[in-house]
Amino acid sequence: MTPALFAKLQALRAERRPVAVVTNLANGHQCLALSTGGTDGSELVLTDEIRDQVGAMLTAGSSGQIESETGTLFVRSYTPPWSLAIVGAVHITQFLAPMARLAGFDVTVIDPRRAFATDQRFPDVAMITGWPDEIMARTPPGPQTAVVTLTHDPKIDDPALIAALRSDAFYIGALGSSRTHAQRVARLVEHGLSETQVARVAAPVGLDLGGRMPAEIAISVLAEVVATRHGKPRTSR
Amino acid sequence: MADDDDTVLAQAAAWLAEGRGVALATVVHTWGSGPRPVGSHLVIDDRGGFMGSVSGGCIEAAVITEAAEVIRDRAPRSLEFGVSDAEAWHVGLACGGAIRIYLEPLA
Repeated sequence: MTPALFAKLQALRAERRPVAVVTNLANGHQCLALSTGGTDGSELVLTDEIRDQVGAMLTAGSSGQIESETGTLFVRSYTPPWSLAIVGAVHITQFLAPMARLAGFDVTVIDPRRAFATDQRFPDVAMITGWPDEIMARTPPGPQTAVVTLTHDPKIDDPALIAALRSDAFYIGALGSSRTHAQRVARLVEHGLSETQVARVAAPVGLDLGGRMPAEIAISVLAEVVATRHGKPRTSR
Repeated sequence: MADDDDTVLAQAAAWLAEGRGVALATVVHTWGSGPRPVGSHLVIDDRGGFMGSVSGGCIEAAVITEAAEVIRDRAPRSLEFGVSDAEAWHVGLACGGAIRIYLEPLA
């Protein structure tokens, strides 16, 4: 691999973008393939068919050999870890953050309210004190990220949802009853989002497990995020 | 495997930044019970330093030896290790599987 290609690979990985290195094992020619379908590197040109195959492997995070007209290609997928952005350093979050971490997620908790987002309440969790829309504008959620809003406060949740709906987040969930959600949908539509766009929001958030305690709600949220991550269709509400 | 990649590739980048010759070994195929999954990396520098693994120990020494030549020649090569292979018998893949490794210079 040329130092330039290696540097690009490292830069894309640092940006947490899924990327694959494709190598023609017969002659050593290489390129980088992105999840957008684009490639980087002129040494190895991929046909549309191969590009699709590589794209599917990248989505699945799998690596392996595929046959092409010019020889056997090796595809090495690099996928960032799954992450969960929780908006609201609330009581449920105190359960959801450690549970999600145990399930293999990189967890970030975002809350503009300093009194909520203390290290004492959230030991060992990456806390960001700030407005979620500003934070998501800086680091937009990618296709490996789930966003959950839990504050119950439209001033905080709505901007977070608007930012998340404009991102590639694989899951967006919002705490609140069906009635609260209907009002929320109206506000988001008024803000210029279409009903189809807003329909991406899973609300009331989480699988219906019947529990009302913070830990039980955390389990239902995490369960729905995990199910979505594995391609299970969302249950009807 | 993401944590693994971070450590191993960061080590390769650090060696390159120091101006050392570096080779990257990757498991590209396994037959039977491979000890490490496809995609596993081992990085080797021109002083014999290494990080990561392609087999959990059985063939690392052979790969590191080949890496010195790959760094010198600046040309990639494929290596196969398996039970029917005399060399593999010598270095020993205890699991009974076979693996193909792609060894390339980062140059």
